[in-house]
Amino acid sequence: MSTSASVIFSQLLHCFQINCTIFFVTLLLALPLGLVVSFGSMSRFAPLAWLVKTFVWIIRGTPLMLQIIVIFYGPGLLWDGDLMPRITAVCVAFVINYACYFSEIFRGGIQSIPRGQYEAGQVLGMTKPQIFFRVTLLQVVKRVIPPLGNEFMTLIKDTSLANVIATKEIIMMSKEFTTKGLIWPLFSTALFFLAFVGILTLAFGWFERKMDYFRV
Amino acid sequence: MAILEVNNICKSFGSTEVLKGINFSLERGQVLAIIGSSGSGKTTLLRCLNFLETPDAGQIAVNGEILFDAAHTHAQSDAEIRQKRLHFGMVFQSFNLFPQYTALENVMLASILLAKQRPDYKKNKRAIHEEIQNNAMQLLEQMSLTGRMNHYPHQLSGGQQQRVAIARALALHPDILCFDEPTSALDPELTGEVLKVIRELADKHTTMVIVTHEMTFARDVADHVVFMDGGVVVEQGPPEQVFGNTQNERTQAFLSRYSQNS
Repeated sequence: MSTSASVIFSQLLHCFQINCTIFFVTLLLALPLGLVVSFGSMSRFAPLAWLVKTFVWIIRGTPLMLQIIVIFYGPGLLWDGDLMPRITAVCVAFVINYACYFSEIFRGGIQSIPRGQYEAGQVLGMTKPQIFFRVTLLQVVKRVIPPLGNEFMTLIKDTSLANVIATKEIIMMSKEFTTKGLIWPLFSTALFFLAFVGILTLAFGWFERKMDYFRV
Repeated sequence: MAILEVNNICKSFGSTEVLKGINFSLERGQVLAIIGSSGSGKTTLLRCLNFLETPDAGQIAVNGEILFDAAHTHAQSDAEIRQKRLHFGMVFQSFNLFPQYTALENVMLASILLAKQRPDYKKNKRAIHEEIQNNAMQLLEQMSLTGRMNHYPHQLSGGQQQRVAIARALALHPDILCFDEPTSALDPELTGEVLKVIRELADKHTTMVIVTHEMTFARDVADHVVFMDGGVVVEQGPPEQVFGNTQNERTQAFLSRYSQNS
């Protein structure tokens, strides 16, 4: 076997970009979508709240791996058309899945703000959007940072589930070396995830300290 | 003419009748103390005045203008309610300061948001801000908080927080300032400094409605006392009458419970 370690590493790094892409696309779309879903689940219009809660239950109640498979193969089985690009199917599944988890974090954060904060804003003549943006939002952000940190870390590791529909992410790539008799590249993928989570830990620590100037 | 007139206010939560036809009026520059045991409806009454609860029946009038009439509530838009609310200021039992803002910012926030609606805001932005800030600083000085303006709520004692909350309510120049048990969340030590500030406001003839369990304070400061029990006004009158010479059995029983405890 003549493949040098540095070549293998650069190939792994190349494929880790897929994991990073899934990570960032999911965050970019699932965070705002999660906020919308959380508003839906808190809606005073009961049928909407019920519908959203049922949807969240289904998404959180089934394996993400299965969801990726259903979204990739489902449309083809139903309508007989072309399959969508693998990475698209993966991203769609991740966005829906994580939006549901995020929505529950946001709901918890929003509902944990004491009633008195809204009322203080109301008696000072503020409008509902003013109360949300000027009073409660930052307090919600501060409260959801720790649970969001957990989700972000789970997310980067979950991205390897993409290999269930043969998306060539880092674990899939490293398994190719295993078939050639090289086992260490598979184990070395841990380093990529460890480094990524290390950076996330630092970033969240920094952000938490930034928010330390007030207490909620 | 009375600055505040409350007429036959009724409010139920589910099947529980909390207010069963409350009537009272208040003259400009006077202090009204509302006393009574927990659950007698005092807080709910105050929340009705501030539009935090909607009464099921009755009217509320300020300066002769009917702000609320249960017979015509559906016609009220959010904007109208916001406008009418500004006749009242509210100080809560649990302060409810905004934790992410300093004392000064807490006092200024609502004024700035209101100023943004002014047509000349963009043109005179700096002058308006300066005016709002000066007003806020003056109020905080009046509350003896000169050195605490840039502190965040968690850096202040309960008594200091409550005084910031009073300044915040005063910043919008309400006609009537309402207090909902302003010292109930405070240590006896800190209670005094808040009561002192309220006393000073009374000396300046600020019109106030105070729900309180501090009987001595109510007796000293109030011009008019309302004793509530079970959702009705059992007795009302000048403090000398209610505290000193009550003929009502329920008032007597309530006041004697208090003098035993304190």
